[in-house]
Amino acid sequence: MSVVDRQEWDVVVVGAGGAGLRAAIEARERGARTAVICKSLFGKAHTVMAEGGIAAAMANVNEHDNWQVHFRDTMRGGKFLNQWRMAELHAQEAPERVWELETWGALFDRTKEGKISQRNFGGHEYPRLAHVGDRTGLELIRTLQQKIVSLQQEDKRETGDYESRLKVFQECTVTRILKDGSRVSGVFAYERETGRFFVLEAPSVVISTGGIGKSFKVTSNSWEYTGDGHALALLAGAPLLNMEFVQFHPTGMVWPPSVKGILVTESVRGDGGVLRNSEGKRFMFDYIPDVFKEKYAESEEEGDRWYEDPDKNRRPPELLPRDEVARAINSEVKAGRGSPHGGVFLDVSTRMPAEVIRRRLPSMYHQFKELADVDITAEAMEVGPTCHYVMGGIAVESDTAAARGVPGLFAAGEVAGGMHGSNRLGGNSLSDLLVFGRRAGWHAAEYSAALAFERPAVDEVQVDTAAAEALRPFSAEGPAPGEPDGRPPENPYTLHQELQQTMNDLVGIIRREAEMEQALEKLADLRVRARRAGVEGHRQFNPGWHLALDLRNMLLVSECVARAALERSESRGGHTREDHPAMDRKWRRINLLCQLTDPTGGLAATDPVRGQIDLSRETTEPIRADLLALFEKEELVKYLAEEELYE
Amino acid sequence: MSSYEARFKVWRGDVKGGGLEDFEIEVNDGEVVLDIIHRLQATQAPDLAVRWNCKAGKCGSCSAEINGRPRLMCMTRMSVFTKEETITVTPLRAFPVVRDLVTDVGFNYTKAREVPSFVPPEGVGPGEYRMMQEDVDRSQEFRKCIECFLCQDTCHVVRDHEENKPAFVGPRFLMRVAELDMHPLDAASESGLDRKKTAQDEHGLGYCNITKCCTEVCPEGIKITDNALIPLKERAVDRKYDPLVWLGSKIKRRSS
Repeated sequence: MSVVDRQEWDVVVVGAGGAGLRAAIEARERGARTAVICKSLFGKAHTVMAEGGIAAAMANVNEHDNWQVHFRDTMRGGKFLNQWRMAELHAQEAPERVWELETWGALFDRTKEGKISQRNFGGHEYPRLAHVGDRTGLELIRTLQQKIVSLQQEDKRETGDYESRLKVFQECTVTRILKDGSRVSGVFAYERETGRFFVLEAPSVVISTGGIGKSFKVTSNSWEYTGDGHALALLAGAPLLNMEFVQFHPTGMVWPPSVKGILVTESVRGDGGVLRNSEGKRFMFDYIPDVFKEKYAESEEEGDRWYEDPDKNRRPPELLPRDEVARAINSEVKAGRGSPHGGVFLDVSTRMPAEVIRRRLPSMYHQFKELADVDITAEAMEVGPTCHYVMGGIAVESDTAAARGVPGLFAAGEVAGGMHGSNRLGGNSLSDLLVFGRRAGWHAAEYSAALAFERPAVDEVQVDTAAAEALRPFSAEGPAPGEPDGRPPENPYTLHQELQQTMNDLVGIIRREAEMEQALEKLADLRVRARRAGVEGHRQFNPGWHLALDLRNMLLVSECVARAALERSESRGGHTREDHPAMDRKWRRINLLCQLTDPTGGLAATDPVRGQIDLSRETTEPIRADLLALFEKEELVKYLAEEELYE
Repeated sequence: MSSYEARFKVWRGDVKGGGLEDFEIEVNDGEVVLDIIHRLQATQAPDLAVRWNCKAGKCGSCSAEINGRPRLMCMTRMSVFTKEETITVTPLRAFPVVRDLVTDVGFNYTKAREVPSFVPPEGVGPGEYRMMQEDVDRSQEFRKCIECFLCQDTCHVVRDHEENKPAFVGPRFLMRVAELDMHPLDAASESGLDRKKTAQDEHGLGYCNITKCCTEVCPEGIKITDNALIPLKERAVDRKYDPLVWLGSKIKRRSS
């Protein structure tokens, strides 16, 4: 069967968003022949949706900012669950990564002195986000895309071929990581356009596929976010870390229904927008948690003064970390103080002149005008929480981005876990992509170079198995083993909708034990039915087929989220338990790891009781003393258990 | 919420040929054309091929022609049509069909590679770039481009003239040349590259006769013709016919 096209590369990068492209640039600049594979067209990755900015302590706007302050904010935002070494590297390296973009042609908004302008954002003590209006993600992706083109132009001049050292395989999907023993040997993929299979052989694979939001009904994420990288890593034998932490962005559109979930940037609040309930009250003042009491304004007057004089006043509570704001909105709606379409009001119209709004928030102005017939310069927006980001992900070594347990596998960006702890601050995602994308590309290139003369071999059996798995939806009409004849195949779109509804309702923003148990049963049922997901037509650009294949990944990842969420009996960051509403210091040092129950490849798919995922606990390394010393003792007491404080 | 049955004609087929297929399909309040295409996929035509991503007008993937006009399906609200109207959705005409609404937009990626990249100024390190907002405004407008390629599709130079494609990069990439040319720190000329000259000689600027079709279809509202193409033409003309202007600008640039 394996008459599949094969190519040899040094490094294969799966995913072409910010992390993947930054990894590819680094690997190629370090001499590795690098292939990038992405599901969409080159330059369309989900990174374009990022609006607010890139967090980096450049101190262009407030001279007091530095990496230590950024590190502190990141740890607070993640409720101290962050893999602290990642948070440290991130805070230290982010400014260099931003400045480097300028040398590749990026054009950020400027300060009066001509430096890169920085804006306020939730959880960041100082104005820290480098930005371009509210389309920073587009600038990032385009800059990286154009840098890749420029490297290809160099290669053309030297070798006569644009793609001799760096090639983008666009509109292709990877379905399996191939292995030689414990080591990575390449990837199995198909071309979406033709349906043809191919194998890229490589000692190093960087996974940078982003998140999992498409498993939820209300989400700001695009169709690509089906947890492919998370699933690929699991299937390759790597563990996923802390998958219970899913960020619901407080402000997504709520109306009309067809755009429900689309993101409304946090910059609206960073630039002065306020949240009000149906009674016109700025309710966030009622929701400042104890750990943040000293850092936020107590009155509207103080909060308003902060925009002009941040040194003498405290910030308004609209700028609390996202988990806090999302929960507050959820509570207001539940208490009957919501807006007509089940959200709350986000208002800039009474806070800034119309032309300032249009200049600072052009895409928001455009988005509401075009999609909801709302003029945000004249009236308030209606917003509510939307599934936005997963903090959990592939467990990686902090310095090298190497996935634990699978030599040759690396992960960067949203798909990697640890960096953001239990909750990510706005703006820390784009900087994460750049810092760890670069590190992944660097170490993948080094690892690959060391194996230049003993490249891991691709196993024919694995290629055949992967091909058979990918073709399965075309022959799904047949009965399942031991089942009566004549059952029709399942519609993959229907299965997907049921999955989204399940995760939204039962493992959503507020979680309860019984509901999560129910979710696990429903997921098992869907898993059995997904085996019979069938498709019509042929392999050429067939979205039904693509979805049928993506379902495997969404189901695996959803089970991880549900199992980990059921296990963690506390509320922290992006994990809120109604039955365990408080943060518990004992849980701070506990990571939850998900691994495949049956690593030999059987997916236990027809067994509704036994799941596919094994969960284990692990106690994390103590935070390094010099990093702990950056915090006041009184603050640490709120997060760290007694024994940690005395260590 | 009010809903109704709409009539759609959607082009289905591949390289070998195809035609319009009729559908009747439910439409709800506030929906856009892409919602309807998705509903067709989920209920009547599971293998209907369509590109899309963000569904918020930010990625430029879901370009198609709706009643003959190049548009983003995710930003075309159903309320702009009457309930009686039959809505026709066809693939972008200037590019070869792959399947159904998906076309081969490779032309654009080929052309992107032909435009010389940003040239960083020598001796200015990372973190040392200083540019004033008013000097980056112009290029920033062009960097709003989401590469939906609607301008490339509508431009009459190539829309029905395959023969012009080798010599013409299209509005999107002429605008890219203008963007780099107006970048305050681009050091192309110092490196011996004259972007105005290449726009004229290599990228086919002369083919453009400023009919503004590109500007009309731009979903980002970028004034492609007025702000990018016409200024680029003016600069190119200066260059071509007036060597003194050229020399003067060269000297001025050096001394700044």
